[in-house]
Amino acid sequence: MPIKSYIIIPQLDQKQSLMDDIAKMEGCEVHPAENKEVLVLVTDVETESEDKLLISQIESNKNIKHISLVSGYE
Amino acid sequence: MNEQIEDKDLSRRQFLRMAARASAIATAAVMFPGIVFAEEQERMIEKLGAIDVKWTKTPCRFCGVGCGLKVGISDGKAVAVKGDPNSSVNKGLCCVKGYHSILALYGNDRLTKPLIRKNGKLVESTMEEALDLVASKLRNTIAESGKDSVSIYGSGQWTIPDGYVASKLFKGAIGTNNVEANARLCMASAVTGFLSSFGLDEPMGCYEDIDHADVFVLWGNNMAEMHPVLFSRILDNRLKRSVKIIDLATRTTRTSHAADKSILFNPQTDLAIANAICYEIVKNRWVNTSFVEKHCVLKEGKTNIGYGLEENFQFNDEAKSIDFETYETFLEDYSPEKVAAYSGVSAKDIKYLASLYGNPNNKVMSLWCMGPNQHTRGTWINNLIYNIHLLTGKISTPGNSPFSLTGQPSACGTVREVGTLTHKLPHGVVMNEKDREMAAEIWKVPVENIPSKPTHHTVSMFRALDRGDIRFMWIQVTNPMVTMPHLNRYRNGAKKDDRFIVVSDVYPTPTTDIADVVLPSAMWIEREGMYGNSERRTQHFNQLLQPPGEAMSDTWQLIEVARRLGFKEQFPWDESTHIEEIWKEYSRFHVGKKHGMAPYEVLKSQAGAQWPYVEGKETKWRYHGKYDPACKGDTFDFYGKPDGKAWIWARPYEPAPEIPDSDYPFWLCTGRVLEHWHTGSMTRRVPILHQAVPKSYVELNPEDAKRLDIRNGDQVKLISRRGEIVMDASVDQRGKPVSGHVFVPFFDESYLINELTLDAYCPISKQPDYKKCAVRIEKI
Repeated sequence: MPIKSYIIIPQLDQKQSLMDDIAKMEGCEVHPAENKEVLVLVTDVETESEDKLLISQIESNKNIKHISLVSGYE
Repeated sequence: MNEQIEDKDLSRRQFLRMAARASAIATAAVMFPGIVFAEEQERMIEKLGAIDVKWTKTPCRFCGVGCGLKVGISDGKAVAVKGDPNSSVNKGLCCVKGYHSILALYGNDRLTKPLIRKNGKLVESTMEEALDLVASKLRNTIAESGKDSVSIYGSGQWTIPDGYVASKLFKGAIGTNNVEANARLCMASAVTGFLSSFGLDEPMGCYEDIDHADVFVLWGNNMAEMHPVLFSRILDNRLKRSVKIIDLATRTTRTSHAADKSILFNPQTDLAIANAICYEIVKNRWVNTSFVEKHCVLKEGKTNIGYGLEENFQFNDEAKSIDFETYETFLEDYSPEKVAAYSGVSAKDIKYLASLYGNPNNKVMSLWCMGPNQHTRGTWINNLIYNIHLLTGKISTPGNSPFSLTGQPSACGTVREVGTLTHKLPHGVVMNEKDREMAAEIWKVPVENIPSKPTHHTVSMFRALDRGDIRFMWIQVTNPMVTMPHLNRYRNGAKKDDRFIVVSDVYPTPTTDIADVVLPSAMWIEREGMYGNSERRTQHFNQLLQPPGEAMSDTWQLIEVARRLGFKEQFPWDESTHIEEIWKEYSRFHVGKKHGMAPYEVLKSQAGAQWPYVEGKETKWRYHGKYDPACKGDTFDFYGKPDGKAWIWARPYEPAPEIPDSDYPFWLCTGRVLEHWHTGSMTRRVPILHQAVPKSYVELNPEDAKRLDIRNGDQVKLISRRGEIVMDASVDQRGKPVSGHVFVPFFDESYLINELTLDAYCPISKQPDYKKCAVRIEKI
């Protein structure tokens, strides 16, 4: 059960849109900073392959300027 | 995925999700000072402390920064990590290795039983049989070939008690100075730099200097990847106030991108650049004359000192006093214009660097690690950086700090302070009669037991193993069959029939592959211990977990063997209290204002303590009476030297031993990446870290790659005069070498880059240079 957290910096003025996109994806919870253009993402899926698929889907979102892994648990 | 989290009914999964969220919010708080998340989220972090998990402090297992962690234990297993907010080192932040450090405990192939080589194969055994065999082989080898035919090779990842009992057993009880550690490969030049400039080892400053300095000059130091938590602290200061970060390096890295200015220089010419900075400081009358007159003397040493490539190479430096005029004349060869001609750095940039140091209103911190240390003139470049700070008087006060960073969690605490090097004792050196007498008294051995001459430094020790002068080697917590330069020679030597190799480790490695006995070790928080970090901070950790199978701490393995050899009187400790008793015995070596260590009870109760620890107080800055109780008077006192004066050295530029030519036209530099610790034996078993950087690669400059028709991901062959390797090309990815250079990380045992490197070393420190040799590249 891979559980990971990420810090995401959205493209300019795309924070809300990006948050909406990711929040719809199963296995994702998004926490926006209230005063900065930063999102914290936590992913929680059952298998390694699901995890890989999910992150590749997230990374393909064009509203992401930068995403970096912070922590992960198996 | 909304959830209602009840404190009393929190599943492990919910807990891990909260821990992951808390880590990211805490990291964001450091990356973006002032960032605010919804109160609900911030309360999650607090809730983590309220559930059935016991959080206990420990220093991180990995690098020399020595971040304080809180490890969460539940049902006998480490389940979570967070930064320790009470640690002044990291103030609650961790890097990606720290956050995943506990996963390194749980790799599928942990060594849990001892292995003994029988009929050419390693087979499972019992600890009793394995320890008996180690003791009998030690005894028999000594009887047949003498005391100096046995050796121990440890590590800057040894805990302080590990290194202490190793030194006591081999130097005090057995009576050989064949004690070395892998810190010789990473920190020896820092040590000889400190000793030759100040008479005592380790930095005068501390991490708090970062919060006071106006300018940070990074000398060959990719801090963003190697010391990320400290680099974050520098970046945080830049957000809060106007500070400048200068990256002075041979390759463009993440640090270069984050710096205010990136200056690239040709390998080895840092020596000339440092002298050119001094030239400018003198020429522009930026010298702090009263400081230099009162607190410094000037010296010159031998030149054309060789590179240690010859068998049985010997060198001893000799210091001669010089006057300031002679020093000024020496500097004439290093005008910015002259140095620009071969350093690759413009005269304008050299003058800019000098002006940063020379401006009396700037507080300047110089930081360095492997760049200046893994250098055939490593001692010299350390001396030269100190020269700049001494000429300007920018030293030993908050924010004015030449700071040599360490790579390993206890390179300072164990190898440098305990003294697990051939010439060292816990206090002083084997050559000094009084130091030997002190050791003999504390160790309860005849003083005649401790030989007065050093034997082999690390490269020499492995050469002696190859020749057969050494026939028994016990290797603990390190992986020399990945890390030794010119590796083919030393692996072949270690595998010879009449050599006996014992390896204590936690996972199978290329070093356990060549062992005759493999002893499974208890790792990190599976035993009690202490580490000492870069800023003279000793940090204690409790045993929080049971080690797997028959795994045993390296300290206790050594004690068991010592007792089998008949040294019960010297190793009398009870297993339940031995770490405390060892600490108390060891601390006797350092009694006094110059190096007093904190009591065991203090170390247990807080996130580390800096030495000198005097009358219940830590010392943040050494050599200034305002901060350091060992000083005479209320100003500078470099008491490591008999006259209290630091030495400014005239050290010239001399070229590297092997430079690119028509046959081998590229410089090869080796190093590390953020995600992996050293040879990767632990971090490659952490899935997330492994996935982040699954294998090694060779970085090429894009123009070189285009010229050679090499694209990112293509397979290429690297060839040096000593070996060759096939690996993927990395073009325009994480780092970018300048044209004519390549870079290869050494974390991957599937790509042994050290089969190509050169075993040349600094003749003073005996530390090899992993940053410079010549290779050619062929596209496959």
